[in-house]
Amino acid sequence: MIRAKTLFIHAALIGATFVMLYPLLWMAASSFKPESIIFTDLSILPPRFDFSNYVQGWHALQESFTVFFSNSTLIAVLVVIGNCMSCSITAYAFARLQFRGKRFWFVVMLGTLMLPYHVTLIPQYVLFQQLGWIDTFLPLVVPKFLAADAFFIFLMVQFFRAIPRELDEAAVLDGCGPWRIYWKIMLPLSLPVLATTAIFSFLWTWNDFLGPLVYLNDTSLYTVPLALRAFVDSAGQSAWGQLFAMSVLAVLPIFLVFLFFQRLIIEGVAHSGMKR
Amino acid sequence: MNASAKRARWRRDLIGYAFLAPWLIGFVVFSLGPVLASLYLSFTKFDLLTTPQWTGLDNYVRMFGSDVRFWHALKVTFTYMILEVPLKLTFALLVAMALDKGIRGASLYRALFYVPSLLGGSVAIAVLWRQLFAGNGLVNQVLLWAFGIQGPAWIANPDTSLYTLVLLAVWQFGSPMIIFLAGLRQVPHDLYEAASMDGAGAWRRFRKITLPMLAPVVFFNLVLQVIEGFKAFTPAFVVSSGTGGPVDSMLFYTLYLYQEAFAYFRMGYASALAWVLLIVIGIFTAISFFTSKYWVYYEDDSR
Repeated sequence: MIRAKTLFIHAALIGATFVMLYPLLWMAASSFKPESIIFTDLSILPPRFDFSNYVQGWHALQESFTVFFSNSTLIAVLVVIGNCMSCSITAYAFARLQFRGKRFWFVVMLGTLMLPYHVTLIPQYVLFQQLGWIDTFLPLVVPKFLAADAFFIFLMVQFFRAIPRELDEAAVLDGCGPWRIYWKIMLPLSLPVLATTAIFSFLWTWNDFLGPLVYLNDTSLYTVPLALRAFVDSAGQSAWGQLFAMSVLAVLPIFLVFLFFQRLIIEGVAHSGMKR
Repeated sequence: MNASAKRARWRRDLIGYAFLAPWLIGFVVFSLGPVLASLYLSFTKFDLLTTPQWTGLDNYVRMFGSDVRFWHALKVTFTYMILEVPLKLTFALLVAMALDKGIRGASLYRALFYVPSLLGGSVAIAVLWRQLFAGNGLVNQVLLWAFGIQGPAWIANPDTSLYTLVLLAVWQFGSPMIIFLAGLRQVPHDLYEAASMDGAGAWRRFRKITLPMLAPVVFFNLVLQVIEGFKAFTPAFVVSSGTGGPVDSMLFYTLYLYQEAFAYFRMGYASALAWVLLIVIGIFTAISFFTSKYWVYYEDDSR
């Protein structure tokens, strides 16, 4: 009786997994298929591994995907660095330092978590336009060096608070100032939370569409999502194979990060409801 | 307070604010300033080229009084959310409960179910969706192959196009599922055993134990999903080629706002749209928080 029930649950789960992942597998397979059979071939195994869609798709737009991937990578790396640095410094101030107005600013910081991006989008655009930053990566990167992602600050404050205070106190007795405590004690002990921050910063930035859409108009500055969108609007209807090939490459980094850091990502979601 | 203590306190404040400075600058420049600026802009006519012209409540009067697309965008967004959020959370909870039974390979299933959440918001998946639900797309090919049915062009048809986006959202039930799983772990198993001994069936155990114990997590997921729902943009933009069409059937509020701001450069009007959205989200969050005490049970409650 119990075995039959377990078997049934497994059957249902395997069925559900297959239905959910079938479109993804089919897309991956179709990226190797010739254009003529994509619309009729339901198989998730291509007849053979023909990379011509990849070769042609790579050069299908005005600029090659080499440019788009370098742009995306550059932005993502800068955002990761910016978030890890600025959020940890801010979190250290909130978690460990004593100063007047701390509680007030902490509440304000939590308040920005609730702020939908729509409300700041237009004035920020006007600001960046005045600064002459349109068609540069600066609007996408500079805010991250000023701890604009309050979510990560919150995450790090939680983490820092769990580090025993005895460590700081011992360091103070040894004559360490706050900067050395932050740099020599807190950061080395915070690798897990820094890794979580880095991973989610990367995933979100890599997938980000609205930011690049608003700030980048020049094709040579396009990120991968922008390039895909330009691709689908121009040649999309006649070149699904190439489009799929580039789509597969676009999600591949995300998929690999997930493969390597699965535990951290799933724990991150479970503990704090991170999603995107 | 003597002079040296005062100096020490100043020094402490100085160090504190030195560490806080990057965030503080960022907060003023990228959050506080823009929020106030957009409130001001919402009372103006502003096209980016000339200076903003004060028009008082004109934007709001037009929005609520005569802007058909505004009401339509609200309707589309709410229809989307009313379908998407409950369906997604139901699936998430069902699968989480199946995985919580201690079956083999639970962590593998969990990872596989999470994959769509990981990729779902990306342009690549929106591109895939355009093919899946095209007239000659994969979904119709499967229908034809399996049942011999010729399906409609789901995206080109205004009656069905929004449902393809609902499906895309429900497909990403993985992240609320993971949150549910974490919550289910906290439910003590002896409660179930005790209830079983008292002769409670599966449905009763679910109604009387799982659901009440899980209420805070359900609440958290609900708020999270509603806020995410309001913010959804990329799928609607890519699937509808930026138009929100056919016949505005996929005109999400965010998409309408984007069009007003960056296609027609009506920055003042778009700011007013943004403020209305801020208030709608605010009201919604407030309602959830104030009503939560009636239906969410926290373990440390005295009740």
